[in-house]
Amino acid sequence: MQNSISRIDEIEKEAFDKIDQADGSDALEKLSIEYLGRKGVLTSFLRNISSLPVEDRPSAGKKANILKGKIEAKFKSAYARLEADSGGDTAGIDVTLPGRPVRKGSLHPVTQVGKEICDIFLRLGFDIAESPEVETDYYNFEALNIPKYHPARDMQDTFYVSENIVLRTHTSPSQPRVMESTEPPVRIISPGKVFRCDSDITHTPMFHQVEGLMVDKNISFGDLKGILTTFVHQFFDKETSLRFRPSFFPFTEPSAEVDIRCVMCRGEGCRICSKTGWLEVLGSGMVHPAVFENVGYDTDKYTGFAFGMGIERLAMLKYGIDDLRKFFENDIRFLGQF
Amino acid sequence: MKVSLSWLKEYVSVDLEPSVMSDRLTMAGLEVDAVEQRFDYLDNVVVARVDEVKKHPNADKLSVCQVNTGDKELVQIVCGAPNVREGMFVPCALPGAVLPGEFKIKKGKLRGEKSCGMLCSASELRLNTDASGIMDLEGEFAPGMPLEDALKLSDTVFEIDLTPNRPDCLSMIGVAREVAAFDLPAKEVTLPDFSLPKDKICDESIHDYAKVEIQDPDLCPRYTAGMLFNVKIEPSPFWLQEKLESIGLTPINNVVDITNFVMMETGQPLHAFDFDEIADSKIIVRRAGDDDEFTTLDSKEHKLEPDMLMICDGKKPVGVAGVMGGENSEISEKTTRVLVESAYFNPVSIRKTAKKTGIGTDASHRFERGVDPDGTLNALKRSVALIAQVCDAKIAKDLIDEHPQKPVPVEIDLDTSALNVRLGTDLDTGAIKEILESVAFEVQKTGDTRLKVGVPFFRVDVARPEDLSEEVARLWGYNKIETSYPQVPAKGKLLDPKISLRENIRQAMTGFSFSEAINYNFVNEDSCNRLNLGEDDKRRRVETILNPISEQMSVLRSSLLPGLLETMKRNVSQQSNSLQIFEIGKVFYATQKGSLPEEYESLAGLITGNRLEQSWFAKKTAYDFFDLKGVVEGLFDALMIGNLNFERADSNRFPYFETGHAAMITSGETILGTLGKIDAKVLKNYGLKTDAFVFDFSMTAIQDLLPEAINAKPLPKFPSTSRDITIIVDRTVRVGAVLDKINGISKKEALVESVSLFDVFEGKPLADGKKSLSFRVVYRSPNKTLTEKNIKKLHTKISKIVIDQFDADLPD
Repeated sequence: MQNSISRIDEIEKEAFDKIDQADGSDALEKLSIEYLGRKGVLTSFLRNISSLPVEDRPSAGKKANILKGKIEAKFKSAYARLEADSGGDTAGIDVTLPGRPVRKGSLHPVTQVGKEICDIFLRLGFDIAESPEVETDYYNFEALNIPKYHPARDMQDTFYVSENIVLRTHTSPSQPRVMESTEPPVRIISPGKVFRCDSDITHTPMFHQVEGLMVDKNISFGDLKGILTTFVHQFFDKETSLRFRPSFFPFTEPSAEVDIRCVMCRGEGCRICSKTGWLEVLGSGMVHPAVFENVGYDTDKYTGFAFGMGIERLAMLKYGIDDLRKFFENDIRFLGQF
Repeated sequence: MKVSLSWLKEYVSVDLEPSVMSDRLTMAGLEVDAVEQRFDYLDNVVVARVDEVKKHPNADKLSVCQVNTGDKELVQIVCGAPNVREGMFVPCALPGAVLPGEFKIKKGKLRGEKSCGMLCSASELRLNTDASGIMDLEGEFAPGMPLEDALKLSDTVFEIDLTPNRPDCLSMIGVAREVAAFDLPAKEVTLPDFSLPKDKICDESIHDYAKVEIQDPDLCPRYTAGMLFNVKIEPSPFWLQEKLESIGLTPINNVVDITNFVMMETGQPLHAFDFDEIADSKIIVRRAGDDDEFTTLDSKEHKLEPDMLMICDGKKPVGVAGVMGGENSEISEKTTRVLVESAYFNPVSIRKTAKKTGIGTDASHRFERGVDPDGTLNALKRSVALIAQVCDAKIAKDLIDEHPQKPVPVEIDLDTSALNVRLGTDLDTGAIKEILESVAFEVQKTGDTRLKVGVPFFRVDVARPEDLSEEVARLWGYNKIETSYPQVPAKGKLLDPKISLRENIRQAMTGFSFSEAINYNFVNEDSCNRLNLGEDDKRRRVETILNPISEQMSVLRSSLLPGLLETMKRNVSQQSNSLQIFEIGKVFYATQKGSLPEEYESLAGLITGNRLEQSWFAKKTAYDFFDLKGVVEGLFDALMIGNLNFERADSNRFPYFETGHAAMITSGETILGTLGKIDAKVLKNYGLKTDAFVFDFSMTAIQDLLPEAINAKPLPKFPSTSRDITIIVDRTVRVGAVLDKINGISKKEALVESVSLFDVFEGKPLADGKKSLSFRVVYRSPNKTLTEKNIKKLHTKISKIVIDQFDADLPD
């Protein structure tokens, strides 16, 4: 019947208006009783549904039940509104309880910095070539123009396994190893562990280096400067100034150390840079013709450059680590910081 | 090497600030490690005026002085000098000063009288040798003025870290040559007078007294000698002592000091013998041969080897050639006749001898790097002349110069265009010529881009055109060379799969809450015993380091486990008791002696402590085997390696695991590695108490199993449906066996998607020795939604096979 159906719509409108105006949970409580309680408006309507004509009863019942659901939902959102208004202390969860912990894992800082270095060179078109950690005297020294009893052998204290087998003292053996099996152009970097018979605050008997080598026609010292400047600018930042300083490595000629402006004091002079304002970060140079001769490259046709750097050294500068030995103690409180 | 600026100025004029000088040297390849002001030790030494002198009440020879040191109040100082008088200006060391000999000046009392400083003699301040009284500063000074300023004392000492290729700079003259080349064209280098003073030469010829015989000219191409008579051995005069001290050498006596002085000046090491100790008046230069022991002048005994070059007299060795002289012929107070040696020795021979005897001297340092083969005689003359002058001696007429092998001059044909290509420069040939000439190369232009370059003998490091490119680059300035970029083909290679595998594993492991460790490659020599390895275990084939840092680091690791257990130990000792760590690294197995060891990459991990700490939602729960097994399964899942099989590990093969608590993991035919609980005895060997679980895999095995390609499968269109089977079996029945069986059946049945275990139960109401296992079988069809009718028969079949196979019961 028209009258009855419209009554349901009236109830809905009335109830919704009252709920919207309710200003506290007490008022809502009362309204809840008024509409949904045992003697409430809606309950009464349903109870008296039998007074309607038979044909209208099913649709009226259905409609009333839908309205009941609507009103219940309306109460729920009204309670939520009130709670939000009052600051939300009364229901829900205590979101300040600590979460169920998931422990974090971390990569060793040497791995992270090593990868960062390699990634820069990979972007510049270098490939990665690794070589053994235990080496023959030939690849570690002779092939690199460091004959037996050459004073340059003093530059690196060597661990020996037998008379002619050493723990490699640098990653440079990768140079002759790669060149022996590849024709130019060669563009490689070679990261890895190296070993020196030395142990104190600033030396550990094992550390990591990244070696680099580029050989082709017309490769110049200027190109060496270009590649290493790009590297330093990407690894540190574009503002970092560099200087190339004459030095000596038996397997390069000319040889250069690369210094950067001290990242700590920006060149003012501090403890880290021993007051010089500069930090030595790389060794480099043009490949010595004797090295080419040892691997059968034509020294009239090809030139090339090589460089090497210590990963821990760069990691110390990057993260402000002051004790090299920390890298190999594997204290979880240290490892977790990176 | 230390270089005193004031000494250097005797050979070249310099007026650069010390910091600029240091920078220029460094940028020329002579790296300056430190710059010191030599008179820094005079800090806190000021000029004082003595205002009052009174006799000390308790000591006859002491005076009590009131001195003005620039402060408002006068300072009382007790002084023992006989020449102290009122009104004189004297150097006064104030409390805090540290005088030569680590003599610290403090406030104190002398015989009951307060004394707040010290009035100094010149000798106490190392300004000269006068120790007769306090230093009387003539003239007028403002009291309190620093003594350095008052006397205009100033000298800078540069500590240069020379690279081994530049022995020519192991001398003042060598460094002066570099300093002279700061300017183009180079400044002049003033060499000392290399002639002998005529008035000191006597009529007797050296040849009437001494003979030199070189028996091994391959090791001694040149030997020169001079002789002096009536030598008076005394402490050196002040100027000489001061020179040596300025570069950190200790004065000994006049003759020895002169040989050292000339070595520092010219780079040529010299040796002086007491000629009266030379048997048969004869010097023989020969290999040691049968002589097997020798005492050097530092009173140390050395074992000789037959190949070592010795300086001998008619009967015995009197010096280790180029390294150190002998005690038997050293200069002493009684010496009157001196034979001075200046020689050129084979660098490799000297280096071998110095290494083998363990003696490193300033002389051997120079000889093994290569001294100027043409400077032998000049250095001899210089030292003989100085000895004659300083020691008031006479020089025997003539010098001995045995010169069986003459040095071959090096001449390099230089293509300057190739040099420009190498450097990336555009220098013209004339400029290159000028640069090379600035450091004493003799250069002739032979073509537009051709130079003929004569290398001076002292530049032992220059032999080929590339060496000249370094000379040009460093003198022109590395930092003036323009930065360029190589033009290379854009041809790249695939990343080595080993490298991507490592990265994938690292990513997975850190995702599983593991932290990466890097341990040393060397481990304790006792590591194999600590792991309880069997006598014939491959891992006992360790490579031993001949010169280890310590026995804790004396063999190359054949397993990553010792490193991880050591890491656990260090962390537990720092109260970090819960750990999840992993490491990727090489292990080594020795092969035949003299060959490279086998190197294999391994992956290992360790957990210890608690999976859950005490918290608001859980009780503390310790890690167990299955925590690590889950990680291993997760890792291989991440690497897409399937078909894993876990079998009990053989405790003979893996004795470091607790028996029955370890698994060997295979996939197909490939053994991947092991996983298990560390045996209590092994823990004890490492000083550990808490349970530890480790896994250990071969990276090559993992790599071999990586899928070649990943093919995406379409997602199923229809829902799955699952059915459970619970069976009761003997507790000895392995879950793996039941799963294998069900999986075996399901492989043949297209509708079975997966099978999993979801419950294991032992205890009441089950009978003793029984356990119940509950499996869930998931069924799915690619074509339709399955109904009970579709799977009932199949599920019953699977259940029946399992029940029959394992003699199982169904639950009540």
